[in-house]
Amino acid sequence: MDVTPNSQDPLGAIPVIAPGYSYRTLTDKLVGIVFTKNTPTAWFVFMAVGFALLMGLTVSLCYLVMKGIGIWGNNIPVGWAFDIINFVWWIGIGHAGTLISAILLLFKQDWRTSINRFAEAMTLFAVACAAIFPIFHTGRPWLAAYWLFPYPNVMGLWPNFKSPLIWDVFAVSTYAAVSAMFWYIGLIPDLATFRDKAEKPWQKRVYGILAMGWRGSARHWFRYETAYLILAGLSTPLVLSVHTIVSFDFAVSNLPGWHATIFPPYFVAGAIYAGFAMVLTLAIPLRAIYKLHDFITMRHLENMAKVTLVTGLIVVYGYACELFFGWYSGNQYERFMLMNRIVSGPYAWAYWLLLLCNFLVPQLLWIKSFRRNIAVLFTVAMFVNVGMWLERFVIIVTSLHRDFLPSSWDMYYPTRWDFMTFFGTIGLFLTLMFLFVRILPMISIFEMRTLLPEATPKQKTEGGAH
Amino acid sequence: MAHHTIETPYYGLMAEFDSAQQLLDAAHKVREAGYTKTDAFSPMPIHGVAEALGMKERKIAPLVLIGGITGALAGYGLQYWTTVIAYPINIGGRPFHSWVSFIPPAFETTILFAAGTAVISMIVLNGLPLPYHPVFNAKRFHLASQDKFFLAIEAADPRFKDEDTRAFLMGLQAREVVILEH
Repeated sequence: MDVTPNSQDPLGAIPVIAPGYSYRTLTDKLVGIVFTKNTPTAWFVFMAVGFALLMGLTVSLCYLVMKGIGIWGNNIPVGWAFDIINFVWWIGIGHAGTLISAILLLFKQDWRTSINRFAEAMTLFAVACAAIFPIFHTGRPWLAAYWLFPYPNVMGLWPNFKSPLIWDVFAVSTYAAVSAMFWYIGLIPDLATFRDKAEKPWQKRVYGILAMGWRGSARHWFRYETAYLILAGLSTPLVLSVHTIVSFDFAVSNLPGWHATIFPPYFVAGAIYAGFAMVLTLAIPLRAIYKLHDFITMRHLENMAKVTLVTGLIVVYGYACELFFGWYSGNQYERFMLMNRIVSGPYAWAYWLLLLCNFLVPQLLWIKSFRRNIAVLFTVAMFVNVGMWLERFVIIVTSLHRDFLPSSWDMYYPTRWDFMTFFGTIGLFLTLMFLFVRILPMISIFEMRTLLPEATPKQKTEGGAH
Repeated sequence: MAHHTIETPYYGLMAEFDSAQQLLDAAHKVREAGYTKTDAFSPMPIHGVAEALGMKERKIAPLVLIGGITGALAGYGLQYWTTVIAYPINIGGRPFHSWVSFIPPAFETTILFAAGTAVISMIVLNGLPLPYHPVFNAKRFHLASQDKFFLAIEAADPRFKDEDTRAFLMGLQAREVVILEH
């Protein structure tokens, strides 16, 4: 793997940007995606599907507010169902964006440059989708403020800080705020490019306001790079903490199937796994629709496939640990939970489907020709998307539906409103994503410029090259 | 940089360059010639240009440290005050001051305050948002966000002399040198 930008790989690896680009051609191509009169037909198709599903979301949420959460399939003992499954699924997807934008920046992985912008956008939109579930599962979101946020209310009540659920509020809201700042800061220089390239006065004005008068001053760049690096350094522990705290929602409770010390690392790995699968799911169609093959090369897709494979194996290690912990505990409830989850329970099919999606199918990525095959990559990514959803279903529903006393046992069946809300958030995600690619640069233009060889001049230094 | 005096007949002179290398070399020469009120403009960050122009400011990192410490204290203090002082409730017989439970939210507020400080200090120290700046008066300056490189010397610079400075800039292989109106 390259550690220095612009290095010519002696082994002839695929470059991170196709040869033959200058600052000008690169800028024109990336700006042209937005300032065009020929929006691709596929954009309208995706937007239409996303928007239709989004309308379903508004209907289902309105009905929820009118009727209460009884319209969902949640019951006792399965008090947490689709709402938390979908919440964890979406939050996890967001993690890959931060990994790409922050952790890979710290590791100087220059291939991150062409995918970090839309991966960060994906993070923001995924967090927005995730937030819908905890907010609306309260049934009366306008009353939820004093359960969720410590503010001086007339009752003088404060949230219970000994509960992981309030930690989760802090973690997710910090994550949303920091991701938004990171994303916007990254956009400023490109917004200035848009301001300068725009032809219509109103476009100049809108992008100009958003660019805040950025003029590319060397001193500004210096502070900018310092702040950006610090943000990357802060986002790295943040992203690890967010899914750790999400896993505490489960691990801190005393329920067999949830109460396991492996949960934090296993959840973090699962989040990155799900996220990279989602980045592949988005990158492959976007690359085809906007003909970005020169910027999102096979090298990017292959690297993402490798990260998917590795994090997938960590997740499978987590599954193995869960089995071992259950058996080794010698606790009859733990052992019953495992047997019920894997063999005898009514949801055992979900566990085996999960292993198919998250364990068996991704093993294809060991083979180089499959990693370089778009159709195989996209299929594997889809399996992982489904598999990571099933993982949360298995953890949540199978652990809850067989309570300690057989008299409390029950089955969980999602209702049409559960599905409508879930698919509605997918619609919200698609709508936001496709609006984003229509009006903002989906690839960081100024960072792509730094990948060109002429962007790194020879330094005149006293102490030799740095 | 944001404040310039109107006493000079115009803001300064700006040279245009074609490459990052030329800009970096020019920045070194400008500094060696003793100019202090200068700035360079480029479509992407170029390592070493700010230092070449004599920028020594390193304020963001210490500010972020202060922000982070403030965030940690604020987060922990909020939890301590609400659960021990404002409305103590016995939950499961645990001590009011359950410091272990207070760590995750305090960690998050640390990150939040530190990240916010990094962003705000970058924007404020850069003097942004700034809707108007004389460098935008140069006809070709819109290329500074695309593929060209610029270097400006302010007329307020003690070393600045109309013709000498212009000749000096031209001598740095500038593509052209233009006057920047206020």
